[in-house]
Amino acid sequence: MSDFSFQSLKKNLKRDFGDRKLVTLALLGDSATQLLATALRGHGYEVGLDLRVHEADYSQIEAQVLNRSSELHALASDFVALFYSTPKLKAAFGKLSTQERAGFADAHLAKIALLYETLQQAGSSKVLCFNYLESDDNVFGQFANKLDHSFRYQLRKINLGLMDLGRKYGSFFVVDLAALQAQYGTEFVVDHKIRVTSDMLFSLDFLPIIAKSTLDLVLASSGKFNKALVLDLDNTVWGGVIGDDGLENIQIGQLGLGKVFTELQQWAKELKERGIILAVCSKNTEAIAKLPFESHPEMVLRLGDIAVFVANWDNKVDNIRFIQSTLNIGFDSMVFVDDNPVERESVKRFLPEVTVPDLPEDPAEYLPFLSRLNLFETATWSENDGQRTLQYQEEANRKVFESSFFDEDDFLRQLTMVSTVGPFDDYNTPRVAQLIQRSNQFNLRTVRYTEDDIRKVASSSRHRGLSFTLKDKFGDHGLISNVILEAHSYEGRKALFIDTWVMSCRVLKRGMERFVLAELVAVARAEGAAAIVGEYVPTKKNALVKDHYASLGFSPVDDQWVLELDGYEPKPNFIARIAADSVRAAPRANTNESTQRSTL
Amino acid sequence: MNFEQVIKEVNAVFVDVLDDESVKLARETTAKDVEDWDSLTHIQLVVAIEKRFKIKFTAEEIQKFKNVGEMCDCLLKKVVH
Repeated sequence: MSDFSFQSLKKNLKRDFGDRKLVTLALLGDSATQLLATALRGHGYEVGLDLRVHEADYSQIEAQVLNRSSELHALASDFVALFYSTPKLKAAFGKLSTQERAGFADAHLAKIALLYETLQQAGSSKVLCFNYLESDDNVFGQFANKLDHSFRYQLRKINLGLMDLGRKYGSFFVVDLAALQAQYGTEFVVDHKIRVTSDMLFSLDFLPIIAKSTLDLVLASSGKFNKALVLDLDNTVWGGVIGDDGLENIQIGQLGLGKVFTELQQWAKELKERGIILAVCSKNTEAIAKLPFESHPEMVLRLGDIAVFVANWDNKVDNIRFIQSTLNIGFDSMVFVDDNPVERESVKRFLPEVTVPDLPEDPAEYLPFLSRLNLFETATWSENDGQRTLQYQEEANRKVFESSFFDEDDFLRQLTMVSTVGPFDDYNTPRVAQLIQRSNQFNLRTVRYTEDDIRKVASSSRHRGLSFTLKDKFGDHGLISNVILEAHSYEGRKALFIDTWVMSCRVLKRGMERFVLAELVAVARAEGAAAIVGEYVPTKKNALVKDHYASLGFSPVDDQWVLELDGYEPKPNFIARIAADSVRAAPRANTNESTQRSTL
Repeated sequence: MNFEQVIKEVNAVFVDVLDDESVKLARETTAKDVEDWDSLTHIQLVVAIEKRFKIKFTAEEIQKFKNVGEMCDCLLKKVVH
């Protein structure tokens, strides 16, 4: 769903893009793409991107990708969008014999895999591949479902195959046109008259929608995505007002419009299990607001699903500020859902970065509306994500705990913290990539790496990746920090450059930075390096680490920070170290590591 | 609706789509006479006119218009009087 018309997106092109984030995208299509390019750049304006779209010449997809000296390769854009259209696919299919048709999808998928691999060998562009609109030719009628040489069969096989390519390749993402077609209908998506006269597939009204879907992926893989869902309670999570109607009379499950709210809760629960943090922000007496979560038999959400539960009579702006500081995430990664337009307005006004959907009046429309918005796009996912709520709850407990201790060292000591240190490997690569994508605040250089990039680092002789977990007496935080080191020289001597240093803000103020530095110093000394060189590249969000290197004892040299290792004594910390090899029985870990170390 | 009313409405659509207040259409006006009226904005203009008048052009019609007058004549035939 898009809030914008094509006309308004087009007008954006004349505006001043100011300091919007520069992102480059090469658009390769087998039909005319000019209006799509306009919609993409225009929508970028709305979401804070200065998206430079480069259109390849018409129908030059293979030539541009496979020829290494093409304009496309010279561009080295952040993203390459591949847009093959169904009518062209159909035309190619039509030229084949019945036998060839049965292998059509496989051949086409092999071609796309080749394009992807060629792009990856040449550079590090992320690939956005549009899947195919369903065609309704009905040559075989519904019998097409029973024939492997029908176009319908082969097209669906391609769409499924693209999902498999997405599973296989870390930097391959599918722009799900087929899902949008199911939602909006072919008659809305395609303007046949325009297609016939100008070889452009989409209707003007659909262009803003496809632009949004494409940019949702661009934003997510650039580290901009929603992490938390903040829910109002009365008439949002259940029907009625708990304080007025009482436990027996709120609508949920079988009662009244209960089904609507049950389905909404199921959606929230699935999001939570996927790794989205749930919080409650309600004007209520806390004990009463918690009652349904504790004892209504038909509630789907329970207190254990909510990371931060705020129910009081203060204004919601302050309460959302409190939730934000407890979770330690950006306002721009929060979604606030409330049926009350006045509350929504106050949040929009005072916390403009928070996403506040204007819920329809009819609760029956809530969930279809929220689903259409695609609020929770992501570029990575790992199985540990579901435990995030628990970790944030533990953090909330720690906050209370923390305030009762005055002596910080003493507090840290009795947390009995343990960190496991290891290289990047098959087990942690998804989580490593994800942390690098997600971290905005504690991120010294904000270089975003995909899973594929992480694998390249792991096998590079000039690089060393380090991952750190943290556990304490309240629970396990999992993987919370990564560093990528690169072999460098400094004043003619061997040195290590800190290409990436990220850390989850959940473990701030634990002495983790000192612990990591001690590890870097040990690595550097083992490599015979004389110095460690760091760099702080400011973004809008990483002011938190502005003085990071200074506070660790690095000295400013030009625009960088240098730590001389000769005679350097690491500062104390209260974290015990475990080597990853000793906890994980991973036979492959040792295979080429020794050679890596010696050549770094 | 008569021709004058139709061309006035069409003119308003052009002003809006081209974001240009100075557009002044006449029966003989062609794409060459109007800045920014290229094949891409032509699509936008056609779609915007269809919406404004709640009618549909055929593919053949939008390819055959020689000037604004022909487009308005075609429109006149389609709009309910």
